[in-house]
Amino acid sequence: MDEAVVSTFGFGLSDPALANLLQIVGLSLRVTLTALALAAVIGLPLGALIGISRFPGRKAVIIVVNALMGLPPVVVGLVVYLTLSRSGPLGALGLLFTPAAMVVAQTILIVPIVVALSRQTIEDLWGELGEHLRSLGLTDVAAVPTLLWEGRFALATALLAGFGRASAEVGSVIIVGGNIAGFTRTMTTTITLETSKGDLPLALALGGILICLTIALNAGAFAISRVGARHAG
Amino acid sequence: MPQIFRRTFIAGLATLALGGMATAQTAAPTDTSIVVASTTSTQDSGLFDHLLPIFTAKTGIAVKVVAQGTGQALDTGRRGDADVVFVHAKAAEEKFLGEGFSKVRKPVMYNDFVLIGPKADPAGVAGTKDIAAALGAIVAKKAPFVSRGDRSGTHMAELALWKTAGVDLEKARGEWYREIGQGMGAALNTASAMNAYVLADRGTWLNFKNRGDLRISVEGDKRLFNQYGVMVVNPDKFPHVKAKEAQIFVDWLTGPDGQKAIADYKIGGEQLFFPNADQPGA
Amino acid sequence: MRAEATILPLELDRLRFEADGRRLIDDVDLVVARGGPTVLLGPNGAGKSLLLRLAHGLVAPTSGEVRWAIGGGETAGRKRHAMVFQKPVMLRRSVHDNLIHALAAAGFCRSDRAARADEALARFGLRDHAGRAARLLSGGEQQRLAVARAWSLDPEVLFLDEPTAHLDPSATRAIETMITTLRAEGRTLVMATHDLAQARRLAARVVFVLGGRVVEDAPAEVFFDNPATEAARAFLAGELVW
Repeated sequence: MDEAVVSTFGFGLSDPALANLLQIVGLSLRVTLTALALAAVIGLPLGALIGISRFPGRKAVIIVVNALMGLPPVVVGLVVYLTLSRSGPLGALGLLFTPAAMVVAQTILIVPIVVALSRQTIEDLWGELGEHLRSLGLTDVAAVPTLLWEGRFALATALLAGFGRASAEVGSVIIVGGNIAGFTRTMTTTITLETSKGDLPLALALGGILICLTIALNAGAFAISRVGARHAG
Repeated sequence: MPQIFRRTFIAGLATLALGGMATAQTAAPTDTSIVVASTTSTQDSGLFDHLLPIFTAKTGIAVKVVAQGTGQALDTGRRGDADVVFVHAKAAEEKFLGEGFSKVRKPVMYNDFVLIGPKADPAGVAGTKDIAAALGAIVAKKAPFVSRGDRSGTHMAELALWKTAGVDLEKARGEWYREIGQGMGAALNTASAMNAYVLADRGTWLNFKNRGDLRISVEGDKRLFNQYGVMVVNPDKFPHVKAKEAQIFVDWLTGPDGQKAIADYKIGGEQLFFPNADQPGA
Repeated sequence: MRAEATILPLELDRLRFEADGRRLIDDVDLVVARGGPTVLLGPNGAGKSLLLRLAHGLVAPTSGEVRWAIGGGETAGRKRHAMVFQKPVMLRRSVHDNLIHALAAAGFCRSDRAARADEALARFGLRDHAGRAARLLSGGEQQRLAVARAWSLDPEVLFLDEPTAHLDPSATRAIETMITTLRAEGRTLVMATHDLAQARRLAARVVFVLGGRVVEDAPAEVFFDNPATEAARAFLAGELVW
């Protein structure tokens, strides 16, 4: 992250404030990217499997997954809160009010997006490549790595959609993270806090940083997949 | 080569996921930190930003503050998700004690509530000292009033004041009474946008920047007194509670160093909180 | 091609395939023994492609059986029959990596893959294209790669489904030359085509398919010079038969 950019948006913040801001931006990225990586590891193979396999109830599964793309973050936050709370089933892990809890909540939020979008991509690819792959002797499951790699450019878009949702949401992280200064305070929870303090310019500046980060990441991914797609056909 | 690239790509994803989880967990020195469930007013007023660095520098114990409404903060304690609760609603705190979720409640400090209102002052209460009369005037004029409506300490205090003023809220309730179910800052933002009256704690008000046409209408009434108390969550109920560190925090807060630090916190030369740990009945 | 146990003959036994209540393949019996190219000839929609897919195992028959001399058409755990499709299926990677992928998927051990891929590229004049993205090749080049890829798998039997249907005359010639090479190596080819001239150029045996049935099955010169059925005569005369 370019510090010049930050200070531009930070309206000439003092050094500790700038360090604080960078810490918040860093935590936000770490939480969201970790959740995204987990969602990719879980969601891409799952989406691919649903995309190529045929089983009874498959349509129902697809409808449910598509619907889960719209999971309200606060509901996910609440469920994760109750699960991770000391009085909840996973309370012994002591994860409530930690970044790990936020990762869990965001992963749950974006897995359905990754599954649904990769399912569509892989299903189309399977239609195009399926006979060739089966001719080579690959069973459905064995074809999954090939299909994921063949769909890499479209799947990158699915992951970007997941990143967008996770980085933009505040409803779940503020509940399970607790918005603890320096520990679980992310960009979106800071925006919420500064808004409630009535410091609207600072909240707006943070919003600007968030939007810029999202645009930069999307532009970067778009450029990479464009160049890649041109080279791979 | 792309074969290798693909393997690296997948391995990288997995590593990122696992590594991320690991760092996410180890990011804080969990053994020397406690979780304090407190209220939005202590956070939004900036008090914790002033107190905690002093405490941590002295004891090495990091304090993680989860700022919620008083009711929610007490519930967080009831679930065992905090080591300390630090709130301002004496009756609710005594209920918490009675249920055995804590063994001792100690008074820490007080500040006061103020009635905030628009410059136009439709209820004609600006500058008066009698909060009961002022609330009566607001009802009579049906002047817009924003209520927290979130079971917070401020909300409970507001409800008690309506009772003191002899207003039956259930009967008087109408378009003018707007319950928003949010924190102090959100309530002030709403009041600012609607030019409504709102009951706020002085600390949050002093630290609040988006005032618009709002100003203090009524202050100084003894009934606006706002007492804060602190409790260690009962380790007999929740064995994981860091009772030792939590007790160190409570002892510091109610001891001479903490009390002085509280008194030292000022915004624009004005003291926000008044330490009173030495008044056992507070 | 290595001399080892043969998967031939291939026997299709009362093969039947139905979809949506329509019988697309109707009790086909066919035996393919080791030998010159067998051409499935017939108009579009006759069921030639479907027959190839059934034989190759991509489609399961409604009833009947596809039998290889050795179970599943495999020797030493490797499938010994391959297929080239009408529309070449190219993966989004380089020409070389398309070969490597197929070899890996088909179960060739890591140490063999590079050598086989290089040999295939060299043999079919694709060496200069090795690093290019397969999907950016011309249609003719893609089909050449598809045939080379199938060849690299060392199949005893190769199914070809209208491999030149989308190609211009010069690309068609290139593919036919490759086919002749494969045949000279002793591989048994089974090819579907609706192109009469191509069948004349390549076939050793003609299986005339119409409406999901085998109407005529004869050595090529017999079929072309002296067709036994009215339908075949009409087809050879260029009168459309549906």
